[in-house]
Amino acid sequence: MTTVERFQPLFQPRGVVISGVSTHPGKWGFLFLHHILRFGYEGRIFALNREGAEVLGRRTYRSIDDVPAAEADLLIVCTPTGINADLLRRAAARGVRAAFVAAAGYGEAGDDGKELERELVEVANGAGMLLAGPNGQGLISTPAHLCAQMVAPYPPPGRISLASQSGNLVSSFGNYAAMAGVGVSRAISCGNSAQLGVDDYLDYFLDDPETSVAFAYLEGVRDGRRFFDCASRFTARKPLVVLKGGATALGQAAASSHTGSLASDDRIFDGVCRQAGITRCETLEESYEAAATFATQPLPRGRRVVVFTAAGGWGVLCADACVRAGLEVVPLPEDLRRSIDALLPSRWSRANPVDLAGGETRDTIPTVLDLLAAHESVDAVLYLGIGIQSANAALLKTGPYYPDHGLDRIVDFHERQDRRYAEAAHAASEKHGKPVLCASELVYTDRTGTNPGPQTIGKIGRITYPSAHRAVRALTHLVRYAAWRRAREL
Amino acid sequence: MPTRTLSEFESKRLLGTYGVPTVEEALAVDEDAAAGVAAKIGFPVAVKLCAEGLAHKTERNLVRLGLADEPEVRAAAADLLALRGPGERDAVLLVQRMARGRRELIAGLVRDGQFGRCVMLGIGGIFAEVLGDVVFRLVPLSRRDALEMMDDLGASRVLAPFRGEPAVDRGAVAAVLLGLARLSEERRDVVSVDVNPLIVTGSSLVAVDALVEVEA
Repeated sequence: MTTVERFQPLFQPRGVVISGVSTHPGKWGFLFLHHILRFGYEGRIFALNREGAEVLGRRTYRSIDDVPAAEADLLIVCTPTGINADLLRRAAARGVRAAFVAAAGYGEAGDDGKELERELVEVANGAGMLLAGPNGQGLISTPAHLCAQMVAPYPPPGRISLASQSGNLVSSFGNYAAMAGVGVSRAISCGNSAQLGVDDYLDYFLDDPETSVAFAYLEGVRDGRRFFDCASRFTARKPLVVLKGGATALGQAAASSHTGSLASDDRIFDGVCRQAGITRCETLEESYEAAATFATQPLPRGRRVVVFTAAGGWGVLCADACVRAGLEVVPLPEDLRRSIDALLPSRWSRANPVDLAGGETRDTIPTVLDLLAAHESVDAVLYLGIGIQSANAALLKTGPYYPDHGLDRIVDFHERQDRRYAEAAHAASEKHGKPVLCASELVYTDRTGTNPGPQTIGKIGRITYPSAHRAVRALTHLVRYAAWRRAREL
Repeated sequence: MPTRTLSEFESKRLLGTYGVPTVEEALAVDEDAAAGVAAKIGFPVAVKLCAEGLAHKTERNLVRLGLADEPEVRAAAADLLALRGPGERDAVLLVQRMARGRRELIAGLVRDGQFGRCVMLGIGGIFAEVLGDVVFRLVPLSRRDALEMMDDLGASRVLAPFRGEPAVDRGAVAAVLLGLARLSEERRDVVSVDVNPLIVTGSSLVAVDALVEVEA
């Protein structure tokens, strides 16, 4: 059986059984049913309720034994610990091949809980069943339209898959995806990882054709070598973004040598990441932006960057950030300078950062974007300030003189231009196979979300970076991963 | 797991067999022998107290550096022998050539509870622990991993041409790291290795102090 086939009951189930579906809308079982229904899961749904009461206008089943055989692949467990091992056994008899145990009170809850958890694993292993959790928040599989979780959000569909040792981090990541628009394929909260752990999910994501990049949130690694091997397999084919919590200095004090005292868990983990080509991030937003960038931009061939801006200080700050991050703000090649000279009045910067100093006319920005991305000395372009024309237009549009005095026409023009710039950045990137990242704080300072610059980038399916620094950070992750691959001839 | 620490001399002998370049040195039991060794090596020399299990020599003032002639060596030797503690009657003198270099690295091996055997490289010397500028890789590591370790140091520029001295031979640093990795694979009883400092002299390297911890 291939890994994809093995995980099909969990992430592409033909039908889902939910145990412990209460009529009370505050209970987990109810919420699982609600979210699965609400987001349009297309397989069959069987809700179990002790009394067989109607829930959300649907009939329920008193017992798993009443569920038709071979109709459901996945069981979601929201019932109390005491009955669940038996439930799994009976579910297996109905043809269920995977369980997501949301119920808590297992390994995290003392010795009795540990014993119950062992029993679950035993039953699952005996029945050849996949066991996710227990004590997990749920799973998402957008290709199956499946929102099997008791919390928000259901992120937009996309090609990022994630496995998290904290359920809340799945939610947070999903919130970024919902806001920024680059979406999620599979997501799972690992819970106690009694049988399946992050390594197993990564093995699946690696072979899953619906995944092009993975994100993992880790607090601990059970078997370091296994994780290293798994991560190395992964990064040989797809980028892997990791955020690690709880970097402790355990055992440092006891060490007798310098080497020992310098060998904090975190430093060793950092070395593991560098060696295995893992993209390690420090924060969740950085993780999201790294993953979203991997999912939507081509890998750069090197670290030579051109910073392109319509005006001023942005370019300077961005160039500083590039240098600090180890990117090369490449000296502007002479032929490129001549080409741009032909398009602009002489006050443009004539250097990298390429600052147009407000001298652009109608077609300058799309033309320059293409020239920059096309040049053989340029590996990536950072384009700053998309949306400023529309932001100014918005003042005209919402003021007392609109639409008279020609305001309607100029507003139209500016908005059209920002749309064109977004499209041109994307076109240049696609045409020349190089990353072109657009940054503008308007993507979050404009609370209406209607600025045509960022809006168009979103429609195209990429993200607008909220600052030059965050764009640089994301690009640096791409540059590093690409260099790691090149060094290994991958 | 109980462990013991090889003497500095034994540690370096072991490391030497794995390609770690070590400073020219010899043991001496008393002042006369120390003076003889020093004359053979050539002045200036360093003299240290040396025994199995003897660590933290600098903190205990058991190191004498830059001894310029025979009288200085004799005085230092007598001084050090007098500083032997109650359990250290077996301690002898270790006489070394003084290695000169402005740049010091640290290299080592450690067994991590989660990831197992790891090789370390860092900026060495007395500030090694304060700076914490170190990088790790799991064993086995490739030559490419070893080279990338140098690039990952915060102060990697220290390895470039520096104050009139040539760039550090990256191949030599890689050879030390790969030697340590091989040691950790062939000698499963080795718990940790600490080479500090690994002094850069010209473009080459020399281990001036080292400790190997093994399972008891």
